Amino acid sequence: MTAANIPAPSIVRPRRRIPQFSSVGGVIVWGLVGLFFLFLFALIATVVLDSFATTWFGSWLPDDYTNHWYGDAWAEFNLSEVLLVTAQVAIAVVAIATLIGVPAAYALARRNFPGKRVITVLFLLPILIPPITYGIPLATVLYKLQLAGSIQGVILANLVPTVPFVVLVMIPFIEQIDPKIEAAARMCGASTTTIFMRVLGPLLIPGILAAGVLVLVRTVGMFELTFLTSGPSSSTIVVVLYGAVFGAGIRAPQEVDAMAVLYTASMLVMLIIALRFVNPTQLVTRVGTD
Amino acid sequence: MTAATGTVAETPAGKRPSLRHRLADRGVDRVLLLLVPGVVFLGLLFVYPFLYGLQLSLLPASGGLFDNYQTFFSDSYLRDTIWTTLSLGVPAALFNVLASVPIAYRMRGRFRFKRTITTLLVVPIALGTVLTADGLIELVGPAGWLNKLLVDFKVINEPLVLIHNYWGVLFSLIITGFPFAFLLVLSYLSGIDPNLERAAAVMGAGWWERFRRITFPLLVPGLAITFCLSFVLAFSVFPSANLVGDPAGETRVISIAAYHAAFEQFDYSMGSAISMIMGAIMLGIIALVLGWRSTMFRGATGGKG
Repeated sequence: MTAANIPAPSIVRPRRRIPQFSSVGGVIVWGLVGLFFLFLFALIATVVLDSFATTWFGSWLPDDYTNHWYGDAWAEFNLSEVLLVTAQVAIAVVAIATLIGVPAAYALARRNFPGKRVITVLFLLPILIPPITYGIPLATVLYKLQLAGSIQGVILANLVPTVPFVVLVMIPFIEQIDPKIEAAARMCGASTTTIFMRVLGPLLIPGILAAGVLVLVRTVGMFELTFLTSGPSSSTIVVVLYGAVFGAGIRAPQEVDAMAVLYTASMLVMLIIALRFVNPTQLVTRVGTD
Repeated sequence: MTAATGTVAETPAGKRPSLRHRLADRGVDRVLLLLVPGVVFLGLLFVYPFLYGLQLSLLPASGGLFDNYQTFFSDSYLRDTIWTTLSLGVPAALFNVLASVPIAYRMRGRFRFKRTITTLLVVPIALGTVLTADGLIELVGPAGWLNKLLVDFKVINEPLVLIHNYWGVLFSLIITGFPFAFLLVLSYLSGIDPNLERAAAVMGAGWWERFRRITFPLLVPGLAITFCLSFVLAFSVFPSANLVGDPAGETRVISIAAYHAAFEQFDYSMGSAISMIMGAIMLGIIALVLGWRSTMFRGATGGKG
């Protein structure tokens, strides 16, 4: 990212980069990007339009517009309760995942110890293996413990991928902090708790916020695990949405679309908040050209 | 990391190290305790269910130890789900990774709107399967804008059938998977030292030579990881295979078979067996890709290869 800070040798012409449309390759590449965004925009537009349509079939645009589908969907799917459940699950998952994940990330970032590889693999596997694979055995265990179907079961299931996620996001943040600061604090007599609360904590706030918002997005958007472990009173909005489309009964498609638009809008708001703290490309790897 | 231990030597001989130092020494041990909650949690909710599922899969309601696995591989309706899943997951992951490379290569430097474009690419993550599915049905469905456009301009006579079949699921996988693959590739590319390419340019290498000899070899480890992650995402496709696919036929993927066995037929043993097969295939493919990667250039790429 900071490549431009390095003065380029005078032989190479200085690069003031704006999108290049000059070459054939440039046109093709930017054309493809444009096409993708056009497709994406049209896709969202159709759903938004339909959610405001009285009827729409076969014509370019809906016959007439109304906003009663939003109210209908809200009442029919009992959305205030669904959103309450979603918020409860999401907040509990964020809080617990942060509490478990940040200390573990600290230990992994700062220490080399025998067996570190095994522990690292243990924290990587739940991210690498798709939820539906471990979700079925996990749901079976939760059913056996009579936890499935309750909010607690949904929270526990959602913690499985999010705790490792917090660890993975936090490790680079912690590595960026100079260990000399902690060493200095220790020399001055601070205990581990004090170092966490008064030295590391404030420095880690941006990272914790980033991880927290991303876990929130992941949990609200997590379909598979919630679908496998939730019951009628503990379904989050994704599961209700899926049920509205795939479940039994006939509903106006506009109602489903209205609910999907509400879901996407709230997810977008959360993602944009998350992006204030992290650059999407830095989530995966830190840039090595500083 | 061992700075704290080193300081002990500074204390005058014959005197016990001060309490402060001994605590600092012990702090090293206590830091590892921070791992305990995470490890215990994953042990209980990840490792244990996995082992439980494995054991359950070996104890079918009737029959011998490997009966479930035998049934799976002898019943073509079940066995074919592997092929169905692979024929969706591999092309989707390959497309997402390969399309990302030229675009990310173009965008690797600094330019105006870069932040805007990367932010826009995050939008599909917020869509969710249902909006994507509904959007696809309304956009490329028989009465959608795409078919209307093509028919009105006499490009085709009959509307194309692009949903409730293989293509619908593939589109859905690309819409959700491409931005993810792109952001990963872009971050790996930004991690390659631009001075290497500048040096090659000074020596007179053209852009293709620079890409083929310098950038691409350094990027391969990152591409392998991106492929694995994209493949995992595509392999576990479940909701979109139901919503925009043909869940009883053409897009009956392995996750549908597992769900069907466990939660519709309530044969948890068979469901677990299919989950285990699913996990094994996936880890096998990841091992294959990473094994191939290790035969390529191994060295510092600047990023985390």
